[in-house]
Amino acid sequence: MNAEQLGLGLTPQEIATVRMSLGREPNETEWSIIDAEWSEHSSYKSSRGLLKLFPTTGARVVLGPGYDAGVVDVGDGYVVTLHIESHNHPSAVDPYGGASTGIGGVIRDILSVASRPIALIDILRFGLIDKSGHSRWLLKNVVRGIADYGNCIGVPTVAGEIEFDDSFERNCLVDVACVGLGRKGDLILGEAKAPGDVLVLIGGGTGRDGIKGATFASKNLKKDAGSERSSVQVPDPFMKKLLLDSLLEIVANHGEIRGMKDLGGGGLSTALSEVASKGGTGVDVELKRVRLREDDMSPTEIMISESQERMLLVLPSGPGGGKNVISVLEKYGVPYSVIGKVTSSPRLLLRWDGKVVADLPASLVTDAPLIDWPYEKPATPRIAPRHAVTAAEPGLKDALLALLSSPNIASKRWVYQQYDHEVGLRTVVKPGQADAAVMRLPNGRFLAIKGDGNSRQASLDPYEGAAGCVAEACRNVVAVGAEPIAMVDHLQSGDPSDPEVYWAFRETLRGMADYCKSFGLPVVGGKVSFYNEDSATGRAIKPSPIALVVGLASREANLRTMAFKHAGDAIVIVGETRPEMAGSEISARFPKSIDLPSRSPRVDAKEDLKTCRAILQLIEKGHANAVHDCSGGGIGVALAEMAISGSLGAKVDLASARTSCSRSLETAFSESHGRFVVSGGDGRVISSSLRGAGVKHAIVGTVGGASLHLAAGRSPLASVPVSSMRSRWEGAIPELMD
Amino acid sequence: MRVAVIRFPGSNCDLDMMTALRTIKGIEPDLVWHEDASLGGRDYGAVILPGGFAFADRLRAGVIAANSPAMARVKRLADRGVPVLGVCNGFQILVESGLLPGALLRNSTLKFVCEWTHVRVENTRTPFTSGLRQGQVLSMPIAHGEGRFFLQRAELERLEKDGLVAFRYCDASGKPTAGSNPTGTLHNIAGVCNKAGNVVGLMPHPERAAEALLSPLGRPDGALVLSSILRKSGGGRRA
Repeated sequence: MNAEQLGLGLTPQEIATVRMSLGREPNETEWSIIDAEWSEHSSYKSSRGLLKLFPTTGARVVLGPGYDAGVVDVGDGYVVTLHIESHNHPSAVDPYGGASTGIGGVIRDILSVASRPIALIDILRFGLIDKSGHSRWLLKNVVRGIADYGNCIGVPTVAGEIEFDDSFERNCLVDVACVGLGRKGDLILGEAKAPGDVLVLIGGGTGRDGIKGATFASKNLKKDAGSERSSVQVPDPFMKKLLLDSLLEIVANHGEIRGMKDLGGGGLSTALSEVASKGGTGVDVELKRVRLREDDMSPTEIMISESQERMLLVLPSGPGGGKNVISVLEKYGVPYSVIGKVTSSPRLLLRWDGKVVADLPASLVTDAPLIDWPYEKPATPRIAPRHAVTAAEPGLKDALLALLSSPNIASKRWVYQQYDHEVGLRTVVKPGQADAAVMRLPNGRFLAIKGDGNSRQASLDPYEGAAGCVAEACRNVVAVGAEPIAMVDHLQSGDPSDPEVYWAFRETLRGMADYCKSFGLPVVGGKVSFYNEDSATGRAIKPSPIALVVGLASREANLRTMAFKHAGDAIVIVGETRPEMAGSEISARFPKSIDLPSRSPRVDAKEDLKTCRAILQLIEKGHANAVHDCSGGGIGVALAEMAISGSLGAKVDLASARTSCSRSLETAFSESHGRFVVSGGDGRVISSSLRGAGVKHAIVGTVGGASLHLAAGRSPLASVPVSSMRSRWEGAIPELMD
Repeated sequence: MRVAVIRFPGSNCDLDMMTALRTIKGIEPDLVWHEDASLGGRDYGAVILPGGFAFADRLRAGVIAANSPAMARVKRLADRGVPVLGVCNGFQILVESGLLPGALLRNSTLKFVCEWTHVRVENTRTPFTSGLRQGQVLSMPIAHGEGRFFLQRAELERLEKDGLVAFRYCDASGKPTAGSNPTGTLHNIAGVCNKAGNVVGLMPHPERAAEALLSPLGRPDGALVLSSILRKSGGGRRA
């Protein structure tokens, strides 16, 4: 069969490129390998050129993008490793299996650089669960999938974010990130550098699940998406746990693993071509030696299967070579088989019973030609559609209670309670306590972790909205008392061949890159996911950039949570509130009653950097007792969450805040960036410290009582008991889901 | 005192238990692989079965582990009065191996639940509660999907009458209320012991609550449970 008859995902130009480069017609196995490796999922062919805009170096960066995980130095010989993945398409058709294998995949990436996975983070997007039973079904099963896999394997799920928006009704987004901990001297890379070394495939057997998974992920969902369930891999957390325990024991014993690579998207095709290409070598592999779950699989199926729980090891050859590795695998009952060897000729040579079934230059397989899609700014500006205001503007109290019961804002306890967030004995600041999770590190320092996105803002203004995701993640890390040190990103959008979709993609990438440059935040890895639209409705998701930021705190005394701590503490709002209501939660909740002439929030990285440093200074000096980022739902929601968490009310004068808003409703609920709410024993000391740093701020009130009282000068605006706020905030999601 | 922590394939609180035990002066923990029928040929002052998903909970939580070579030895030690503690999945293993009565069923919410709970000490005659006061309220987290303790009514009444309930979920003030019962477990039971008192199983994780830094209330209550064995044994001369 020739390429045209095989149903490949390759374009006619790509097929021509392969034929020209090879000087012959590849056979079916060869086409399938190239098809998997040149898929968008594996090759980043539509984004690789643009990803160069990200700043990727810094004093702490040990390993940047291009490897299985980014690696960051956290001092005293320790490194933290980071990786983010999505499993959007699989989760849309099989939410339980798709989400589980997403967790499995991202854990494998952390493990393959020889670090111990210590934290999972899930950033999820669904349709409106208050309106759609399908979205509730997706949420329930995605959470159960993450829980069953993460809990079983013993890696705590400590942080995350969930957003509900109609554009995710059919394409839910399941982004999972993993943070690992290792020693700098123990790192192992996905390279095969020494000819003669042997290639050992360990873990689960190879089956027909996940056949062409990478290709599946690189096209739009079909109308009958359920028919593609065979493209979803089957999870086996128990086998993963054995892989994890055995590999970490080998690393601890300094067993001689020369190279290690996980088998994810593209399966053996990707793993073999990448270890060869990265190491400047080739491989000679006998596919008959691959352990199979189904015994009549063809060489092609073996090469493109994405069966889970498999890793490729590069071990030294010769007598005794790899013995200390094999003995540990045997102790744990981890199956292994020697499938081939590393060669000096840079080719991918695959055999079936000795007979060559594929012979391709490794570089041809790994270096898919870049695609430069045309892009075009949408003719109609993407500002929020201006509604006719047909209903009366809500009162401040009603608006606040409605926001607290919005699934976007409400407590996510229903979700994180299903995750074991304690295992590992590292979780110091736990889910729900603060803006970011905090894990202790063995050198006495603390690692803060948070992932953020904002699809509504990113769809209105992709550049500012994407930068805003980074800004918010940084603020969240700063709010717990940590200095941001590294980021991984995830960019998700629709079909790149649509010029308007691609334009938005470019803008989100530029927005993030510019912000990171100005803020001095290196990007150590990331992921791109296109084709998040379905042919049934022709709808693409809103562009959904995600930023996952980690930060370091030097001591326990510097950690902060959001709960109000003491009655009598002064409340300070840091930063300026502008009339930036477009894309806000309040405008989504009250579309008919809120006039929206204003724009979506913009960011100023330089100003943010100054503000973040000033906040860390306040914490370091012990002036701040509670710190909370101010974003979704604005000042109103930030104050309510601090009150609910601390079981303490407050009296706040909104008119005294630094604001260019003309109405209290805007001051209370606008989602301008660059703001924090801080409480502390001495307002004047906080104020003078912030003034010294040149940061805009205002003392706006005092902690105390059992209600949140909001006023504008002398006129009272709202008085809401903390208990009513709590019942709305805590009850909203359980009421919909249980 | 030397303490054996048995590691099964799928255990995931084994290393945490080792970490917590090492923070207690006088305890020297060893990790023992489940295939080791002689427990390293050592005399242990106590044995701990950690939490996790031994053998992936296949067939039924704890049942495969209960039939492992190491458990055959643990059963003999338990018969001789050596203190044996099972936490979470370890509790399930003890129930499956017949060392403790009852069964641990799926939570009434049908969901896995991870949260910090309060438990009241009901019996101070076990080696793992001897350092505690009767009625003392401890703060420890749970994390499980199958922790609803169940017994037939008559047997449950006998269990209560014999004083074999070791821990009960309660509110912060020590009242075993319905609201403080996270899993629908009968009589708010969080932990039980055998008749001799030397074998204890509990669902909350003392190893996760052994350091003030990790406790939301800043209380290392779990360490009080683990260090109790030193008091009872008088320095490790048991077994």
